[in-house]
Amino acid sequence: MITTTGLTKVYRSRDRETVALDGVDLHVREGEVYGVVGRSGAGKSTLIRCVNLLERPTSGTVEVAGRDLTALAGRSDRAGSALRTARTGIGMVFQHFNLLSSRTVRDNVELPLEILGVSGRERRRKALELLDLVGLADKARAYPAQLSGGQKQRVGIARSLAGDPKVLLSDEATSALDPETTRSILQLLRDLNQQLGLTILLITHEMDVVKAICDSAALMKGGRIVESGKVTDLLATPGSELAHELFPVGGEPSGEGRTVVDLTFHGEAATEPVISQLSRTYNIDISVLGAALETIGGRQVGRMRIELPGAFEDNVVPIGFLREKGLQVDVAPVAGDELVKEGAK
Amino acid sequence: MSWAEMQPLLSQACWETLIMVGWSTLIAVAGGLPLGVLLVLTDRGGLLRNATVNKAVGVVVNLGRSLPFLILMISVLPFTRWVIGTTIGAEAMVVPLSIGAIPFLARLVETAVREVDGGLVEAVQAMGGSTWTVVRKALLPESLPSLIAGLTTTVIALIGYSAMAGTIGGGGLGDLAIRYGYQRFETSLMLVTIGVLIVIVTAVQLAGDLAARGASHRGRTSTTPRLRLLRPAAATEAS
Repeated sequence: MITTTGLTKVYRSRDRETVALDGVDLHVREGEVYGVVGRSGAGKSTLIRCVNLLERPTSGTVEVAGRDLTALAGRSDRAGSALRTARTGIGMVFQHFNLLSSRTVRDNVELPLEILGVSGRERRRKALELLDLVGLADKARAYPAQLSGGQKQRVGIARSLAGDPKVLLSDEATSALDPETTRSILQLLRDLNQQLGLTILLITHEMDVVKAICDSAALMKGGRIVESGKVTDLLATPGSELAHELFPVGGEPSGEGRTVVDLTFHGEAATEPVISQLSRTYNIDISVLGAALETIGGRQVGRMRIELPGAFEDNVVPIGFLREKGLQVDVAPVAGDELVKEGAK
Repeated sequence: MSWAEMQPLLSQACWETLIMVGWSTLIAVAGGLPLGVLLVLTDRGGLLRNATVNKAVGVVVNLGRSLPFLILMISVLPFTRWVIGTTIGAEAMVVPLSIGAIPFLARLVETAVREVDGGLVEAVQAMGGSTWTVVRKALLPESLPSLIAGLTTTVIALIGYSAMAGTIGGGGLGDLAIRYGYQRFETSLMLVTIGVLIVIVTAVQLAGDLAARGASHRGRTSTTPRLRLLRPAAATEAS
């Protein structure tokens, strides 16, 4: 639904060049919620602005719903009518809502319809319908200044849907909200994704957002996507940084000469008493350093960090046993040793 | 001088001031509003980035602003004669007053429009709005309270300028005060004229503040212009 190829953005000031995007290839499938995470300055914001060409990429192409927007934009710096028409089919919500304070809630939602040239009565009907959808039908006559942050973002979402978009871009939509409100806004986005088949591309610095609603995710660093894929696949990828960020399991080893192992449980393995089997079979003591259990896309995924007595060489057999049981096993690097990272087959 | 004598002089002078200020305000809005918006749009980072146009407009505006009004008034006399056909009377004075007020208002408009959050511009663009749509739907409505405040300042400045215009034959309240109060030592008329001017300026400021408040929907926390002259009214409304 959204495809970027070799997207590059370089900001030039007088004597400096800043590379904000460094050849980004992004592929968002129709109907999925795709999250791009990264620290501030990683280029997420530039990336999402390049998708509807609020920001002109220095090179590379952007395709949304089968249309090459970069070709529509041409060489001109200003948005021509072809690009503007394409933008009406792409909704966007912002971190700071960007509602017009001079208009009522209903008039704010009507604004994109005015731009589309929809007649007054039809605008009104559609605006009220959308406000109903986001649960703010009773606030139609209020001004944005009278709303809470969460309500403002609901208006922002209603407004972004006015042009019946297939794609919604969300630029840190929940970053200015408290955790409770964040959950309700994410739930709303999830509902819209399922009810309307809306494809959502969101950028965020909060891992919880990805955990809560994303089907796929990408990690950005220094203007590049360093990792991407379906969240469930990422969790199954050994040594995945994103998986580790999403489900951090802490815990320091209790002393030297021990082996620390990170385990990831999927599906059936999650319900098997693997640890106690391991302990009984090899007669070893296992300490659990940290553990987390999450539900991703309706599937339970568990992560656990355990400690086995003895060095890695002494534990080859028990680790082999864990792999046999269908767990994903990552042996944590030992201090002073070379990075020992073993993947599942 | 009795009130019966003063009354016709005063009403004539008020009418002349009204003509001068009224027309020049209208022309100042017609000229200053587009110029102010243009200054913002063509500036670096604006929607119509154009350094040449921005510089050119900026220079013209600064030129108009730096010239003392008295000198501007006299130097445009030939132009006034060409436009109106005469250099005397309230109508003729509309020309220099407008020329003085356009750059004045343009700067105030520029400041007001620049205050509008860039995010709103981005939002309208993301909806598929053109530059004209951004100006019409976001920049102007969002800066309306500040624009009204700027217009109020301009009108009051114009009342002051119009008094100066009286000295070279424009008529109006300033002319009255000088001819009778200063040259004929009619102190009572002078005082009444000052009183009338104070009332007019106060009324304009009050109307401007009320209108700006009415146009603002940002709530009380932000930079809403407060009523400066009518505290009790503001207090009752807040309760």
